[in-house]
Amino acid sequence: MKIVTICGAGIGSSGILKVNAERVLRKLDLDAVVVAADIDSVRTVAADAQVILTSAEFVDAIGQTFADVIVIENYFDTAELTAKIEAALS
Amino acid sequence: MPLPPLPERAIVIGAHAADWRAAVTLSAAALAASGAAKPAYAQEMIRMIDEHGPYVVIAPGLALAHARPGPEVLADGLSVVTLAEPVTFGHPYNDPVSVILGLAILTADRHLAVVAAVANIFNDSTAIADLAAAKTPAEVQAIMKVSE
Repeated sequence: MKIVTICGAGIGSSGILKVNAERVLRKLDLDAVVVAADIDSVRTVAADAQVILTSAEFVDAIGQTFADVIVIENYFDTAELTAKIEAALS
Repeated sequence: MPLPPLPERAIVIGAHAADWRAAVTLSAAALAASGAAKPAYAQEMIRMIDEHGPYVVIAPGLALAHARPGPEVLADGLSVVTLAEPVTFGHPYNDPVSVILGLAILTADRHLAVVAAVANIFNDSTAIADLAAAKTPAEVQAIMKVSE
């Protein structure tokens, strides 16, 4: 399974989302590769992803994709991340 | 890996900013004051938000002002600016913002270790309110768990 986190720069915010998603996946005992990327590379990086985690601002730019696009409101709220990742993978 | 340096000169408490652009500019100026970035890094940070929207407001009350590694970045560094009056970025969930965490990253290959350290601090849900209420740079450094 592959999860992609998307932000404008591909560092910083998407990195925080990647780090916290990995923490949540470990707690849920789920196995997935999490990749942080910038919005300009979403087409290639997320081509084989099941889930994209991002902010509301990028949903339109991500456009059509086979992955579930999940908007995270608070990047530091691991309870929100846990609930949304669990819902997406179940 | 520990957080990048957060020296006292990279901390501004109770600043006055007319809008989010002014707040981000203060954040970049604090990074420039500590030697982590050139003053022109401010334009890069603002350009990210102009291009992509207020996504840098990643938690209630907190903006992570940053841009890509580039010629304006001189070293890994952090800055903390707290605002006397919060500003809005136009974010759907997390406005208004009273704490600007400025981030300069020299090379992309190290950014994950740096942001992991940032997450360690802010996954504690009290950190943003504690920073907003801090009265001295030493208090900010204690919340961020940096000694310098």
